[in-house]
Amino acid sequence: MSDLTRDEVAHVAHLARLRLSDEELDRFTGQLAQVLDHANDLRALDLSNVAPTAHPVDLGTVLRRDEVSAGLGRDAVLASAPAAEDGRFAVPRVLGDEP
Amino acid sequence: MNALEIAADVRAGELSAVAAVDDALEAIARRNEELNVFVHVDREGARARAAEIDERVARGEDPGPLAGVPVGLKDNLCQTGVPTTCGSRILAGWRPPYSATAVERLLGAGAIPVGKTNMDEFAMGSSTETSAYGPTRNPVAPDRVPGGSSGGSAAAVAAAMVPVALGSDTGGSIRQPAALCGLVGIKPTYGLVSRYGLVAFASSLDQIGPLARTVAEAATCLEVIAGHDPRDSTSLPEPAPDLRGHLDDGVAGRRVGLIRELVEGADPEVVAATRAAADALSAAGARVIELSIPELRLGLSAYYLIAPAEASSNLARYDGVRYGLRVDADDVTAMNVATRTAGFGAEVKRRIMLGTYALSAGYYDAYYGQALKVRTVMIEAFARAYEQVDTLLGATAPTEAFALGAKVADPMAMYLSDVFTIPTNLSGHAAISVPFGRGATGLPLGVQLLGPARSETRLVSAAAVLEAGREEA
Amino acid sequence: MRDGWEMVIGLEVHTELLTASKLFCGCANAFGAEPNTQVCPVCLGLPGSLPVLNERAVELAVAIGLALHCTVAPSTFHRKNYFYPDMPKDFQISQYDLPINAGGYLDLSDGTRVTIERAHLEEDTGKSTHLGGTGRLHDAERSLVDYNRAGVPLVEIVSGPDIRSPEQARRYAAELRAVLVATGASDGRMEEGSMRVDANVSVRRPGEPLGTRCEIKNLNSLRSLQRAVAYEADRQVALLEDGGRVRQETRHWDDGLGQTSTMRVKEEAEDYRYFREPDLTELVPSEAMVARVRAALGPMPAERRAALTALLGDAEATGDVLDTVIQGGLDAFVRAAIEEGIDAGLALARAANELGDAQGAGRLDVPAFVEVLARESAGRLSATQAKTVLGDLARAGGTADDAIAARGFVPMSSEALGAVVATVIGEHPGEWSRYVAGEDKLAQFFIGHVMKATHGQANGQAVVAELETRR
Repeated sequence: MSDLTRDEVAHVAHLARLRLSDEELDRFTGQLAQVLDHANDLRALDLSNVAPTAHPVDLGTVLRRDEVSAGLGRDAVLASAPAAEDGRFAVPRVLGDEP
Repeated sequence: MNALEIAADVRAGELSAVAAVDDALEAIARRNEELNVFVHVDREGARARAAEIDERVARGEDPGPLAGVPVGLKDNLCQTGVPTTCGSRILAGWRPPYSATAVERLLGAGAIPVGKTNMDEFAMGSSTETSAYGPTRNPVAPDRVPGGSSGGSAAAVAAAMVPVALGSDTGGSIRQPAALCGLVGIKPTYGLVSRYGLVAFASSLDQIGPLARTVAEAATCLEVIAGHDPRDSTSLPEPAPDLRGHLDDGVAGRRVGLIRELVEGADPEVVAATRAAADALSAAGARVIELSIPELRLGLSAYYLIAPAEASSNLARYDGVRYGLRVDADDVTAMNVATRTAGFGAEVKRRIMLGTYALSAGYYDAYYGQALKVRTVMIEAFARAYEQVDTLLGATAPTEAFALGAKVADPMAMYLSDVFTIPTNLSGHAAISVPFGRGATGLPLGVQLLGPARSETRLVSAAAVLEAGREEA
Repeated sequence: MRDGWEMVIGLEVHTELLTASKLFCGCANAFGAEPNTQVCPVCLGLPGSLPVLNERAVELAVAIGLALHCTVAPSTFHRKNYFYPDMPKDFQISQYDLPINAGGYLDLSDGTRVTIERAHLEEDTGKSTHLGGTGRLHDAERSLVDYNRAGVPLVEIVSGPDIRSPEQARRYAAELRAVLVATGASDGRMEEGSMRVDANVSVRRPGEPLGTRCEIKNLNSLRSLQRAVAYEADRQVALLEDGGRVRQETRHWDDGLGQTSTMRVKEEAEDYRYFREPDLTELVPSEAMVARVRAALGPMPAERRAALTALLGDAEATGDVLDTVIQGGLDAFVRAAIEEGIDAGLALARAANELGDAQGAGRLDVPAFVEVLARESAGRLSATQAKTVLGDLARAGGTADDAIAARGFVPMSSEALGAVVATVIGEHPGEWSRYVAGEDKLAQFFIGHVMKATHGQANGQAVVAELETRR
């Protein structure tokens, strides 16, 4: 059985910016533990000499030329904004600086 | 009506594109309320485009190989100005200011998108039941699911609303609904079709592909949307392959491997159908052997770490700042949390949680890192198999279409319905699902042909053999 | 620094690259446009958009790596995941375990070699403006976000913990800035934020293991850097000497208050959940590209410093004056002046003081600089006049003749000067008699008054000559 705890699930929810009710926390802990149990088949394998594959195709280096192309108009950009002010996206106050 | 017939008639001036589109809109109007296939129908846009196509034909121009063909677009494909929700509340009302490359290519070939089809939320599901806009019903048996996540696209074709539709396949999301709805579905080689404008679920696995009633229609549609795109760094450098020219190649002399791991645990009817497909290929001159690739059994576990990990990052951007839903709160972090908590459904939350956990400090090596190594192991196993045979054969899904609601409460049971399709996504290879045989209650089944990267020409010719064999059976 | 303590400093420098377009899309990379006018689906992180890497950004990163003696290596991009409204995708595309440049160094003029751990490519974030409320705390505050800067290419240069004093931190940053400007990768403007410096500071007893470090942010000038590091090291020493402990945290420098304050406590390691960016392929700079970039690199500051030092022969200048000249890219001016026979000390002083940190050479060209100094040396311009003209030329350009004429600077005749000197002597009889009695240093007193009376047009040496004839 996976050693996933309720506290860990709560911590992960915090990292993912989700709020879970107590009931959801219990349910998710059980469901995630079930999936992780399956994954324990993988953990049991000795793959220390195997290189990871992050991507299925190896296309080499892909670059574009440094050329300016037209972007979106500001109206189009802000049309979908939940809140805009003064040509910018408006958000509630930010607590704490950027990492 | 078949897409190729529509295009031929429109190009010849014998059928108006407006009439073709009106037929599609009528078919949608007849059954959409019952089946919940389209989440948005673009009547005005479609009719205006159809009128343009007719004008071009009248001027003597050729609008292209899909002239006047109504198509359905899975609701994770961006089309300028047309709502794109990914089956999620969090994107309700969002109208992208740009179009996906695949959509632009369809338009360039004369096709007419008539609307956006329902899907599992952010393509996370195998039944189209996790959509925030309600489940889609299987047109063949409305008490059953159409499969997923491209269930809306499959149902649109199966209900004869449109002859072809685009879906996306991250772990089987084109092939499994194609099988459950009795259609042909292609998961192209990773990079064959540009992902630009496909709202990402798991970037290293996602591919856009067609669903259609016949191999020829699906192949034609794939030719149109395939080929290099400079806006997608992972796009293969070459132009689209010639598929239509290889439909009649047959399989004489071809070596086919019937893969034990791609039928084990399936319903007896599914096993029987896959064996019958092997016989049909033999009868057409292929040499079929039985093969085991035990590493494929690792696919499901690896997939359910890799896909959620990528998804947890891809879906971070739905934070209420720039587009889509916002639930207000006192500070920006609280707003992010309130928005995401209200905007995402349970399955999406589950996968975000799983992926965040798999990537987090202390667990990366044990889960995500190990899954990437398993991916290597599986790719190597596939490579060994392809030294022995050209093409692999297996079932597409372990069962026929299941009842609505049957697996909703049991995520693991739902995940198991992708067990045969997932390995191809992890390897980035090509696969096609073709209808073959019937399940216990007479519903359609599908079998899967798998090939290495860039093997689409061989896969469509083998699929055409099975299509003919099915008609004879 | 109090006795018995040593400070250990490492700097993280972010520099924006001078490309035409952004790192992963074709939007313009330009400072100062109207908000949200240089954005597209990619840099706004719209659903479905994908990044494609800018070749020029890679070339400039390679140029920085070569200039810092790094190994340019096959590299990959990762996603650094954290939520912040400035960041359109809520992850930053950066480089992690395989940076494009690693293992280099930068030699400072004081002989110190600072190791460069890495110099990697990443994308910049947007910019937030935080608006205050109605006066009550936490009331109606909000932020407005502009994404024009989002996706601008950055290179982050991480030094080893090799720096040992605030002065040296400043020296390193100044030299690095000069290197960045010399590569053509950056304009080095700290005030516009195109070069940003964070300092990691810790203290220890010499020979002991490294102490707990604090990271200082908001260092907008070299002067702030030096002051902030000095303040922070003192703070940590005071804390430790009082028996306290240094907490690992991020601290904010307030230039007005002259102190750092806690911004965020790092109770646990940040969990950024780095993983390979699946939308980008490997970045392996080709041998051809590296060769092309190497061939196009001009001489770096260290090389130019050596060349100028050789020309100067005996040490004519202190390290600081030489640094100012080299880092300001003024060595070509000084060399040309010396080659025209102008006193090296004068050339260095005028270049460093008139064209150094403050404004740079601007529109002044080498021939005009040499001409102004030649006139000054010949006594045809006073020192004050020469400085004024150099300032004019740096602002407006043009020839020395035109600039001098525009100011109306004509050499004073000896009659006119003599008359002024006589007047000044008459006004200060007491000082004059002491001067006559042998108090030579009073010459400066008289020169000062003559300069004032002539509005700086008099030549100091000529004034002394006039004084001597009357002594």
